[in-house]
Amino acid sequence: MLRRRDVLLAGGLGAVGARPVCAADDRSGGDPLGSMQWPSLRRQYLADAPMRFSDAVAVRTPAFADDAMNVPLQVDARALGAAGGGVQRLLVVVDRNPIREVLAFEPLRALPVLALRIRLEQASPVRAMAQTRDGQWHVGGVWAQAAGGGCTVPGASRADGSWKSTLNQVQARIFRNMADGSRRLRVRVMHPMDTGLAAGIPAFYIERLELVDAGGQAWWRLALHEPVSENPLMTFELPSEGPQAFRLQGQDNNGNRIDAEVRT
Amino acid sequence: MRAAAAWLLLAALAQGAQADVQADARAGAAAPRADAQTLDYRLQPRRIAEHTWVIEGAVEDFSRANGCNIINTAFIATGEGVVVVNTGPSRLYGEQQRRAIARVTAEPVRQVFNLNLHPDYFLGNQAWGDKPTQALAGSIAGMQAEGAAYEDNLYRLCGDWMRGTRATPARGALQPQTLRLGRHVLELRRLHGHTGDDLVLIDTHTGVLFAGGLVFAERVPTTPHADPAAWLASLDTLEQWRAQGQFRLVVPSHGPVHEGGRGIAQTRDWLQWLAALMRDSAEQGVDLSELLRAPVPERFAGWAALPAELNRSLTQWYPRQEQQALDRRDRR
Repeated sequence: MLRRRDVLLAGGLGAVGARPVCAADDRSGGDPLGSMQWPSLRRQYLADAPMRFSDAVAVRTPAFADDAMNVPLQVDARALGAAGGGVQRLLVVVDRNPIREVLAFEPLRALPVLALRIRLEQASPVRAMAQTRDGQWHVGGVWAQAAGGGCTVPGASRADGSWKSTLNQVQARIFRNMADGSRRLRVRVMHPMDTGLAAGIPAFYIERLELVDAGGQAWWRLALHEPVSENPLMTFELPSEGPQAFRLQGQDNNGNRIDAEVRT
Repeated sequence: MRAAAAWLLLAALAQGAQADVQADARAGAAAPRADAQTLDYRLQPRRIAEHTWVIEGAVEDFSRANGCNIINTAFIATGEGVVVVNTGPSRLYGEQQRRAIARVTAEPVRQVFNLNLHPDYFLGNQAWGDKPTQALAGSIAGMQAEGAAYEDNLYRLCGDWMRGTRATPARGALQPQTLRLGRHVLELRRLHGHTGDDLVLIDTHTGVLFAGGLVFAERVPTTPHADPAAWLASLDTLEQWRAQGQFRLVVPSHGPVHEGGRGIAQTRDWLQWLAALMRDSAEQGVDLSELLRAPVPERFAGWAALPAELNRSLTQWYPRQEQQALDRRDRR
């Protein structure tokens, strides 16, 4: 009997003691996705700025990434609405990619929502961090499962050499009626988007893109990084009212220019 | 191009943990569960016609729980030797299949057929090294080209079940022909669409069609090597043969054995629905990430391998439709 009581007592103490030990042990810094990369990501990108985890920043990927070189991703901060003066900036990062930063998006006059495809090197949290104009960060994220390897093999146009004849060509189309109160712009820029992590192929990727109107005003601005998929196809939402004609301008990290007309 | 093609291939055979859970809930009632402790698939031949048995796999996606045994294999004891249809996903499956057949019939096995190039159709060939293993020429070329990738991928998905498995392509290239064995008349015919070379076998004596991957029943079709237009044409051909009375019982590789044209109609319905969904969505400007979350119609909702198999097909095919929607803008 004594022995049984001792065991019960020890068990009870263990249970009481467990909670504080656990909290001290949480090396994810309170990350709802439980990722130990989160504290360093936060330090690197958000520094000491105020942040909170928020469902208002939706990150949508398939539960399993069937093609790790082209993982469909939609980030949507529209639910933040006018909170904090509206979304100023959206950063997308992948915790476990060898290159973690995917893009930085300034919606400007477009809506704070964006879809594109990315590469995944292994299963990882994928995060969108939205900063509102009051300085507050709102962080959403999701786990994407993957067999992996998407960052370290050459893309199709690199493997067959076809990228040379299509480099920086632009296709665009504006669709109506996809979402209330906006026009959808889908843009494709032909580019190998080499990560620099496939043997013998240096990093070669589009660094920045922006959509400008005839008066030179930017409607959105995008900084891209290596994990964006080859020949990126990007989807934006523009206000229903506004110019019918724009230019898409930008350049890659070798200084090649992108400049094309985009019109309805 | 090779790298990208390999990716699609691996992706097509890959799967997510979530899909597992959903598939388990729908586990086939007929097939006993594999035992992962003893690596025993618990293969149980079930007689479906005179001299004819199937060994039913789980109506699910590949998983550790089912040992990657999701295929229906079959055999016919013709009186002039046993004909085996497909050899399962692993060396282990082939060995256990041999023993299961020997428990049912004392007749020696004379021929082994692989109906197409997919891993669960032929990875058991290793256990049949002393028998003639045969497939259509295009299937053999595919087995040779992709066998190593299949091994890797199934190891990743199913672990120990795959131990010691080495892809062993069929050795003999088969021509379409009629085989008369005992009282059985076996029509071996080439169709295509599910893969580049789809072998179907009709036993006109018993009226059984071994449809391979051309017909799925209550299970989402797999598409990594598919050509939808050719597949639909092949389904029309099969339906014609059925209407002519060439067969009445259908053994699909995935899904329950059934009478009549149900599986043919279901497979056609799915392929046509999927094609229309992708075409319409692309024209509206829907992004792949959105389409992957689109609901499936009620009539498909109970099928096995959802959403995993649908996601693979959309990932494989929809980007081309998106590109074509941009090309149409350029032509305006």
